[in-house]
Amino acid sequence: MLKIAKENLNALYAAISAKMPLIMPIKRAGQVNYGPWSESEEASIETLKTVKSPKDAFFPQSENMMKFKTDGKVLEVIDVRKAEQPFVLFGVKACDYKAIEVLDKVFLADPVDTYYKAKREAGIVITLACSKPEESCFCSVFGVDAAAPAGDVSTWLDGEYLYWQANTEKGEALTADLSALFAEGGEDAVAAQQSATRAIMQALPYAALDLSRFKPENLNDLFNDGAWTELSEACLGCGTCTFVCPTCQCFDIRDFKTSEGVLRYRCWDSCMYSDFTLMAHGNSRNTQMQRFRQRFMHKLVYFPSQNDGMYSCVGCGRCVNKCPQNLNIVKVIKTLGGKKND
Amino acid sequence: MINETLIPKVGVITDIRKDTPDVKTFRVVGTDGKKLFEHMPGQCAMVSVPGVGECMFSITSSPTNQEYLEFSIKKCGCVTTVLHALEVGAMVTVRGPYGKNFPVEGDFKGKDLLFIAGGIGLAPLRSVINYVRHYRENYGKVVVVYGARSADDLVDFEEIQTEWKNEPNFEVYLTIDRPQEGWDDHVGFVPSYVKELGLDKNMTAVLCGPPIMIKFTLQGLLELGFEKSRVYTTLELRMKCGVGKCGRCNVGDKFVCKDGPVFRMDELDELPDEY
Repeated sequence: MLKIAKENLNALYAAISAKMPLIMPIKRAGQVNYGPWSESEEASIETLKTVKSPKDAFFPQSENMMKFKTDGKVLEVIDVRKAEQPFVLFGVKACDYKAIEVLDKVFLADPVDTYYKAKREAGIVITLACSKPEESCFCSVFGVDAAAPAGDVSTWLDGEYLYWQANTEKGEALTADLSALFAEGGEDAVAAQQSATRAIMQALPYAALDLSRFKPENLNDLFNDGAWTELSEACLGCGTCTFVCPTCQCFDIRDFKTSEGVLRYRCWDSCMYSDFTLMAHGNSRNTQMQRFRQRFMHKLVYFPSQNDGMYSCVGCGRCVNKCPQNLNIVKVIKTLGGKKND
Repeated sequence: MINETLIPKVGVITDIRKDTPDVKTFRVVGTDGKKLFEHMPGQCAMVSVPGVGECMFSITSSPTNQEYLEFSIKKCGCVTTVLHALEVGAMVTVRGPYGKNFPVEGDFKGKDLLFIAGGIGLAPLRSVINYVRHYRENYGKVVVVYGARSADDLVDFEEIQTEWKNEPNFEVYLTIDRPQEGWDDHVGFVPSYVKELGLDKNMTAVLCGPPIMIKFTLQGLLELGFEKSRVYTTLELRMKCGVGKCGRCNVGDKFVCKDGPVFRMDELDELPDEY
């Protein structure tokens, strides 16, 4: 284990940034979100929850895919991508890292999404353990240990030091480049922080959520459960939950006419929107109840059924904090998840 | 090389056949004049007019056709309206093939086959029917029941009359919804015609058409004693990627683009009713 004094963190950011772009929580206009660090930015690594998740780094909200040029009747497809340059994504919390593993299941499954894969391979992910999880956190329900995040490098921050541990070849290489900044030590401090964090996690209000009913064999029972009507009644269909969610990965592919031909891009989409499944001859999910049910059935039943039991919720709690109608996955789990929720 | 699944190939439209007042069949080849890719009956492809959009269509030509791909497309939305306005020589983009095909080399082999289609629902079945005609010795008796709103709405009418009806051990039954001058064949809806025909319940059936036709035809087949495990259909839902990633064409835990579009009725029974 290595460590660096907290007052030297800006020097660490500068050293990383001198080598490659550093994407980390930055405070701007009163909000903290992942963005490129520079000397003039206010880094805010201690922020527990960025408003948006770091998924943009690998799956941008909007991404150009290709161009079409027409010359008379001749149509040409042009791949607009440039080779991805290495970058560091710093400060990723355990839940958000788990969410990247969820996205990997989608985008790296056959056939591989090369747009995502190129960014994933270019990125070095440095995670940061949580030390002050809050009431809306429930990552432990999904088997995430907030005190021991994975990633290429894992870090822990206390009042004095940032502790640093490389986990992968990519992480080792970055660490070697930065070695002049580090001193050895910190195992005891990290262990102490970990047990304190785990104790907080266990005592949080949502720590005992029961997921036992969310199994593939209950798919139809859950789908047909009468509770969805009441659960979804207040839903505005605004899609906020899907945009702040670190695992939501539904996308749209659209064309945009420019002066230099047609640009095809993909952008985040939301299963909460009425035109998401709209076809010329009808819509398979006509009501907001159906769309609401789709979102939660996907996270808690369909996705695990397709991915060896892995849930596509990581308990980050962003939807709990951000839904304007106070609807969220916790209410769904409490209502439909299992007997222990009663 | 990695398969760039979302980046399409350019296709040239070499022929446009007006099948019905609102269905045209487009013949497409690559810019080198050759077939764009190989497929199996029941599989689909994404066709796009850049600047307008990209949509999933079933490939209506048989894989045994070595020269081109064909798509029978009904004019019903943004992309299809623009496609219908194109002329021979126009270029579109095509990517695929996507999805699971009909088990023409599996469960269908050696079986008597019953194809039931309504309207544009013939498009995906035409690929299978012509594949079966090509490898005729591999399959038993073939019965086709095809219905449309009117005689003018029957897709591929010429091929049906001149080729299918002359095929040995191959029965074709056509029906239209309402009587029409010059039509001396059957009049009535497909589901009731299927029941009237008293078809052999041991045939393997393939259904495609509007959801309401599928629903009532399936009921009819079950009354005749058909088993759901030997009745196939093909589904259609909104798609953007075609490879199980964009998140919209799922029925329960199955993606129509990847796990379908071909499903057996007993498989569909296990999925939520949301298609």
